[in-house]
Amino acid sequence: MSQTDVNGAPRRGKVLTLDTMNPNIKQVEYAVRGAIVQRAVKIEKELREGAKKPFTEVIKANIGDAHAMGQKPITFLRQVLAMCAYPELLKDDGFPTDAKQRARRILEACGGHSIGAYSASQGIECIRRDVSRFIERRDGGVASDPDDVFLSTGASDAIVTMLKLMVSGEGRTRTGVLIPIPQYPLYSAAIADLGGVQISYYLDEDKCWSLDVAELRRALRAAREHCQPRVLCIINPGNPTGQVQSRQCIEDVIRFAKEERLFLMADEVYQDNVYAEGCEFHSFKKVLFEMGPEYSSTVELASFHSTSKCYMGECGFRGGYMEIVNMDPAVKAQLVKLVSVRLCPPVPGQALLDLVVNPPQPDEPSYAGFMKERTAVLDALAKKARMTEQIFNKVPGITCNPVQGAMYTFPRITLPPKAIDKAKEEGQAPDMFYCMRLLEEEGICLVPGSGFGQREGTFHFRMTILPPAEKLELVLQKISAFHQRFTKEFS
Amino acid sequence: MSSHVRTARLDQMVDQMERAAHIKKMLEQGEKKPYKDVIDVCWGDPHGAGMKPLTFVRQVLAACLYPQLLDAGNLPMDVKRRAQKLLSWCDGGSVGSYTNTAGILEIVEKLAQFISQRDGVAAHPENIWIHPGSQTSLTQSILTLLLSSEATPKRGVLVPVPGYSTVPLSVTALGGVAAPYFLDEEGGWELRADELRRALASARGVCRPVALYVINPGNPTGHVQSRKSMEEVIRFVAENNLFLLADEVYQGSVYDADSEFVSYKKRLYELGPPLAHTLELASFHSASKGLGECGLRGGYVELVNMDPGIMPYVERLFHLIPSAPVTGQIALELMVEPPQPGDPSYPLYMHEMEHTRRTLVDNVKRVLQVLNRLPAISCQPVQGGAFAFPRLHLTTKAICKAKEAGMQPDMFYCTKLLEDAGVFVSPGCEYGQKEGTYHIRFCIMTPADTMEELLRRLSAFHLKFMKDFS
Repeated sequence: MSQTDVNGAPRRGKVLTLDTMNPNIKQVEYAVRGAIVQRAVKIEKELREGAKKPFTEVIKANIGDAHAMGQKPITFLRQVLAMCAYPELLKDDGFPTDAKQRARRILEACGGHSIGAYSASQGIECIRRDVSRFIERRDGGVASDPDDVFLSTGASDAIVTMLKLMVSGEGRTRTGVLIPIPQYPLYSAAIADLGGVQISYYLDEDKCWSLDVAELRRALRAAREHCQPRVLCIINPGNPTGQVQSRQCIEDVIRFAKEERLFLMADEVYQDNVYAEGCEFHSFKKVLFEMGPEYSSTVELASFHSTSKCYMGECGFRGGYMEIVNMDPAVKAQLVKLVSVRLCPPVPGQALLDLVVNPPQPDEPSYAGFMKERTAVLDALAKKARMTEQIFNKVPGITCNPVQGAMYTFPRITLPPKAIDKAKEEGQAPDMFYCMRLLEEEGICLVPGSGFGQREGTFHFRMTILPPAEKLELVLQKISAFHQRFTKEFS
Repeated sequence: MSSHVRTARLDQMVDQMERAAHIKKMLEQGEKKPYKDVIDVCWGDPHGAGMKPLTFVRQVLAACLYPQLLDAGNLPMDVKRRAQKLLSWCDGGSVGSYTNTAGILEIVEKLAQFISQRDGVAAHPENIWIHPGSQTSLTQSILTLLLSSEATPKRGVLVPVPGYSTVPLSVTALGGVAAPYFLDEEGGWELRADELRRALASARGVCRPVALYVINPGNPTGHVQSRKSMEEVIRFVAENNLFLLADEVYQGSVYDADSEFVSYKKRLYELGPPLAHTLELASFHSASKGLGECGLRGGYVELVNMDPGIMPYVERLFHLIPSAPVTGQIALELMVEPPQPGDPSYPLYMHEMEHTRRTLVDNVKRVLQVLNRLPAISCQPVQGGAFAFPRLHLTTKAICKAKEAGMQPDMFYCTKLLEDAGVFVSPGCEYGQKEGTYHIRFCIMTPADTMEELLRRLSAFHLKFMKDFS
C-alpha cells in the first residue's frame, strides 16, 4: 500500500495521541465541571429545543456562582468599573463622586490610563499597596508588605502557581501535598497535573468537619514512606464542607506546620462568608503573628483571596491575590519571574479587587447604599444556610452538618445497598448515580461527594445555597422528596 | 523549589523593568533628568504606549459592566443592542458569572464564524477554546499536552530565533527542549526550509522533536510569510511528524502593501487532502493584538485535526486553566463582529480604525527612513506585527565594555538608552539571535508624535554611543 498521497507528502499517524500525551493528564479530574455538568448542559440544550421534561429549567446548584443564581452585582463596584472601561462617563452627573475618584485613581495607575494596557506581572502597584493596607486593617495591624502581594487571575491561578513552584522531585523525593478530604477538586487536579503526590487528611464529619491535628500527623507519617511532604493546604472557611476553623485549631495547625517543616497554603476565599453563631473568621496570618516571633519569623505561608465569593460574587472577572509570608528571598525572586511568563492578571479584575479592599467609607456618598447591598447578600446567605440545615435534617437518610460558612452544603446521604449495587453495575460511583437520577428527574444539578473525596463507604453531595430563598426552598423540598422516592425504589 | 522554574526569564530583564519603573517614579516626583518622561516601548502594548481604545468597544464594555446605562439616553443604539445581546449570553445576565470552560457558547460560535469567513473553510465551535491570553492557551494547554517532564528522551519544540521568549521558557519549564531554527535576517527574516531541516537534524541529537512553533506575522521580526514559505513549513511538518503551533496574533497588523496575511489553516486546506485532514495544527489569536486590549486578557486557540481519542483529556486539562474573564471574552466578540455599514457607530469606528492603520503604516515608514540613514544601525522591512527589530553594528570597544559590565552588548546598549535618553526597549538577546549579532526591539504601535520623539532620542543617543565607543 502506497504511503504517499497526492501532495507527495507521506501519510502519517497523529503526533498527539493518548499514548504520546503527557501521562499526568490522565490523572486530572475536576468534578465541579465534570460528567454531571456536561449532562446538565445537554439537558438545557434539549429544553431549549422544546423537549418535554418533568421540569422547565435546570437548576445549576453545582457551582459557586452567585450571579448565575440571580444575585445582583453591587452597584458601587460596577459603577467604578464602567467608568474605568469608558472614561467619558467620568463627566456623567449620574455617578457619585467617590466612585469617580476611585475610577480616576485606578486609571492613573494604568499604562496609557487604559485598562487595556498590560500591567506589571505582579499586579498594579498601587492596588497591591491597597491590598496590603486591607490586610493590615483586617489583621489588627499586623504589617503587610506590598511586595509580598501577588495579584492573580482568580485565586485558582495563584494556588496553581504556588504548587508549580513547590512540586518537584522523582520517586521517593516527589513532593507530597497534604490536602483535606473532602476538598475543592482544583487541588487534587493540579497536584496530578504537576506529578506531585496527594496526601489526604480526613476532616471529622462527626465533629462538624473540624480538622484534627492527630489526623494530620497520621497522614503525614504514612506519606513519609513514599514521598517528601512539603506543603499543607487548608481551606478556611471550608469548601465543600463550610466549616469555619476555630482559633485554637488554626494555632494547632501552625504549630504542626512548624514542627514538620511544611509550607502552609491557606485558601481563605470565603472569609466574609461566616454565618453560624459563635463562628468567626481568623486569618492564618493574624494568628501566626499573634503566636509570637518563634512562629511568625519562621513558618512559611501563602494566603489566597478572590473577588469570586464573599458578597461580591464576581466570578467572571477572575480577580484575586495571594500574600506570601517568610518565603526564601531567592525563591521569591524565581516566583516573580514565574508570574511574568503569563504577562499579567486581567486588569478589570485587578480594578475590582481594589474596590473590594478599598470600599466606600462611612463619610462617603456611596456608603449607605453599598452597605445595604452587602448586608442584604450576606444576611440572605445566612438565612439560606440555616434553612438548608433545617430542611435536610428532617429527611430520614440525609444528615446535614451546620453550614457555618462558605456557600455550600455537603450533606451525608444513606444509600440503600440495592442502589449501591445498581450503581456498580452502571460503572458509576453510588453518589454519582444518585445525582444523575436527581438531574434527570428534577432538573437539579449537584456534584456527588465522590468528586470531593469522602471516607470509604460514605456518600455525600455538594449543593450551593445560592439560589434565591424561595427557589432554594423548593429545591430543598424537591431533593427531600426525591431522596425518599429513591430510597423506597431501591429498598 | 521546582528546578524547572529556575530556568525562567533573564534576571537582567527583570532588573531593567524595575529600573524603568524606578526612573518613571523619580520623574513623577520631580527629579530632573535629560528627558521629561520614559518612552516605554518595551512591550507590544499599544494602550501603554498611548494609543486610544476603540470607542465602540469601550462603550459596549461599560454598558455590560453597568447595565443601568442601557436605560440612560446617551449611548448609541447599536452599542445598547450589542450589550443587551452579550448580557443575554451570560448566566444571570451578569458579566460576573462563571462561563463554560471553553468560553461563552455564543461567543465561541462567533469566533468559528469569523474563522470560517476569513479562511473560506468551515471552523467548528467544538475546536475553539477561549483563554485569558493566547500565551495561556499555548503554554498551559497545548504544550502541557505535548510535553512531559518524565519523557526520555526529552521532547523538543522547534522555536524561531529570533522569537517571542515566553514559548522557549515555557517549553523548558515543562521539561522539554526548545530547539532553535534561525530566521534569515538578510532575506528579510524569512523562514527557510533548509534551515528547518538543519535545525531538526541538530535537535534530533538531543531530544525527540514533537512540534514546530511558528509566529506569523513575526515577533520580533515583523516578517509576513509568503505562500511558498508557508507551504514549505506545512510539508516539513507533515514529513517529520510534528505538531504545528501557529501563533497568528498579529494577523490584523499588516503594513506592507505587497504582503498579505493568510492563515496556516487556509494554506493547509489549499494543499488539499489528505494533509488537510490529518496535519495537526493549533492556531492562536488574541484581543491583545487584534484590538490592542492587552489588559483584558482575551485569546483563543483553534485545534485542527486532533485525534478524537485525546479530546476528553484536552477538556479535562482545560478545566484547570483559569477561564478567560468575561470582559476578555467580550473583547474577542467585538473584535470579530465590528460595527457594519449603516450602524450608528460605524462612521466613528471606521475613522478610528483608519487613523490607527495610517499611524502604524507611517510609523513603520519613519522608522525605516530614520534608522537606515544612521550609521551602524540597519532595519529589515517591517511588513507586519507590533515591533521593529533593527540591528546594531557595534564596535569592538562597545562589546568589550559590555562584557566588563557583565552584560550582553545589546543589553548594555539598552541599559544606557534607558538611563541616558529615557527610552525603554528590549535587547535582541531576549529573543535569541545569530552569534555575534545584536539587535533591539521596540513597539511601533504608538501615537505619531511619540514615534517622532522616540526616533529623535534614539538617533541622538545612537550617534553619541557610537562616538563614545569608536
